[in-house]
Amino acid sequence: MSSSPEVRGRHAGKPAVTSGSAAGTATMELPPAAKKIEGRSPWRLALERLRKDRAAKVAAGTITVIVLCALLAPLIASWIGHGPNQQFIDTGLDAEGNPLAPSGTFFFGTDSNGRDLFIRVLYGARISLVVGVLATLISVALGTFFGLVAGYLGGVVDSLIARLIDVVLSIPFLVIAISIAYISHPGFWLVVFVVGVLAFTYPARIVRGQVISLKEKEYVEAARALGAGPMRIMFIDLLPNVVAQVIVYGSLLIPLAIVSEASLSFLGVGIPPPTADWGAMINDASGYYQAGFWWYLLFPALALLITTLAFNILGDSVRDAMDPRGAGIYE
Amino acid sequence: MSTPDNDVLLRVDNLVKYFPVKSSGYFQKREYVHAVDGVSLSVRRGETFGIVGETGSGKSTLGRSIARLYDITAGSITFDGEEISRHSQRRMRPLRRQIQMIFQDPMGSLNPRRRVGSIIGDPFAIHGLATGAERKRRVQDLMERVGLNPEHFNRFPAEFSGGQRQRIGVARALAFQPKLIICDEPVSALDVSIQAQVINLLADLQAEFGLTYIFIAHDLSVVRHVSNNVAVMYLGQLTEIAPADDLFTVARHPYTGALLSAVPLPDPDQSERREQIILVGDVPSPIAPPSGCRFHPRCPKAAPVCVSTVPVLEPKLGDRPVHVAACHLPMAQGENLADFHPTIAAAQRVIEGGGLLSGDEAEVSTVAAEALATAPDAAQSEGRRQ
Repeated sequence: MSSSPEVRGRHAGKPAVTSGSAAGTATMELPPAAKKIEGRSPWRLALERLRKDRAAKVAAGTITVIVLCALLAPLIASWIGHGPNQQFIDTGLDAEGNPLAPSGTFFFGTDSNGRDLFIRVLYGARISLVVGVLATLISVALGTFFGLVAGYLGGVVDSLIARLIDVVLSIPFLVIAISIAYISHPGFWLVVFVVGVLAFTYPARIVRGQVISLKEKEYVEAARALGAGPMRIMFIDLLPNVVAQVIVYGSLLIPLAIVSEASLSFLGVGIPPPTADWGAMINDASGYYQAGFWWYLLFPALALLITTLAFNILGDSVRDAMDPRGAGIYE
Repeated sequence: MSTPDNDVLLRVDNLVKYFPVKSSGYFQKREYVHAVDGVSLSVRRGETFGIVGETGSGKSTLGRSIARLYDITAGSITFDGEEISRHSQRRMRPLRRQIQMIFQDPMGSLNPRRRVGSIIGDPFAIHGLATGAERKRRVQDLMERVGLNPEHFNRFPAEFSGGQRQRIGVARALAFQPKLIICDEPVSALDVSIQAQVINLLADLQAEFGLTYIFIAHDLSVVRHVSNNVAVMYLGQLTEIAPADDLFTVARHPYTGALLSAVPLPDPDQSERREQIILVGDVPSPIAPPSGCRFHPRCPKAAPVCVSTVPVLEPKLGDRPVHVAACHLPMAQGENLADFHPTIAAAQRVIEGGGLLSGDEAEVSTVAAEALATAPDAAQSEGRRQ
């Protein structure tokens, strides 16, 4: 979800300054507009840079298509007439009970259960996107909270949180995730929770470092002179100043979360069958692709690759755009 | 008020604030920066009390300690008859309405990510004094009072000029109509023309609301212009306190004299005639301050007594009780510091000065000390060259 505000922001920003984009509207530079740009400089400059970044545009377009696919999956499924878990024992498998190659009926072919791979790949996007976004929201929220508290309060609290982060970072993700999934029932929320909680360490470190330098600023001292308590200083004064970093990091965490979810499902401790999931589909295909059923592996893997790549590229572009040293706008 | 010294709003006794220095190893002796080391002063209601000193003299630390932004190491602070030096931050909260601060950096002291309206509204929000439309009205009143356009309520600090930003800081400090405002170099970061505007604004507000200011600055002419009384600070201690006019006509402490000689004069002829006293060396380290009078390693009048004995703040040479200086060898009126040469060895001065000079310079100083015995003039020129 963290990606969609960016996409929306691009359009929201359009009336103020128009670049030579596809919209092709006349460029208007009014003095008041120039003043406004000065005031919102960090965000506005970032949007300007993002708008000029071709890679970001392609990535955002790709993500938009993926989101549309996920949203419209049920519609497409009913239009074609194939449900995601519907087995076509007669038409979807060959005489020996093996998957069928892509055809006019099954665009991506079928899987070993005679299900329509195309529809399942579409449905898989829903799981990936929702888990990716929800898990990232959890890690960003937890990370920001712990980072703020550790950085601002310092002392014992900081030491405890820093050690906690070290401990979480020192255990390999898959080992701890598989252990947790093993002792409880694998399911959608467990995956979201495990992926989200275990990734909080990265934003926590970033925010902590930021806060340690920000808390020496005079405006924090000014807030204390006014009688503001630690909670108010952390969440009213400091939080708005770390949001940019959090957004950048969040946008890079989404693909990580998507891959983590797929990994868990691939290993059989993620989203339980028969729910369509890219990781689980890749796992199903592992016994087949060497026997010549290439489509079974290719399409889910390609979907995963394109999605994570698009998010990664967009995340990189967001980071570049928010970097004050970035030169894009002055070209 | 029923207290006997009804006139005194703030009394500081023997205030000490040390900051621990991060040591590199566990077994090293813990060292402290002696930022403020035994400062006593009292501020009367309605006056402007100036504090001047070089960078690193501890004047900002003093101001922030009085505002209790720091927990002080020792000493007492009595504000409006209430001893506040040991108050917890929670107990300080109601008092925050009475003691406010204006900061030096008008950019740094305003949160860049928050709108001006909410920055100035902070005092009301924190103390739950006004909400919604009422808060907005009061914020806009304040903006108008300090000469800002109330329409600019929704702007960010970056959209204002330096002087306007300082006005925002003033509006925020004024929200409670506090009794005491500690101005920590409020105009140092501003252009001279803007300085005058902000100073005039502060003066108007003082007249209107009966405010008391502690005015911290390193610019002597500004301090002279605004202050009733002035304290001079050096290396964490006060060297001289006097009514502004007295201080600027008869400075007793050689450090004050040196500072005054550095104030630019508008009249070029006068400026030409005046002898500037250029102090030798840097300010010694506040981690290991010099013995006796802390100014002795740089003082043109330094004598052995200055190295051995800590001078007391007291009236010198028949001054009024309000004019006190901490000096063994105070300056008489019309005395020219440039005529004096220290009667302690230059090498000793360097060592006592915390060893800040490098080996080469120390050698030069030793040479200077030897020369001192034979030709005082040569020694002085040697000192000047450093």
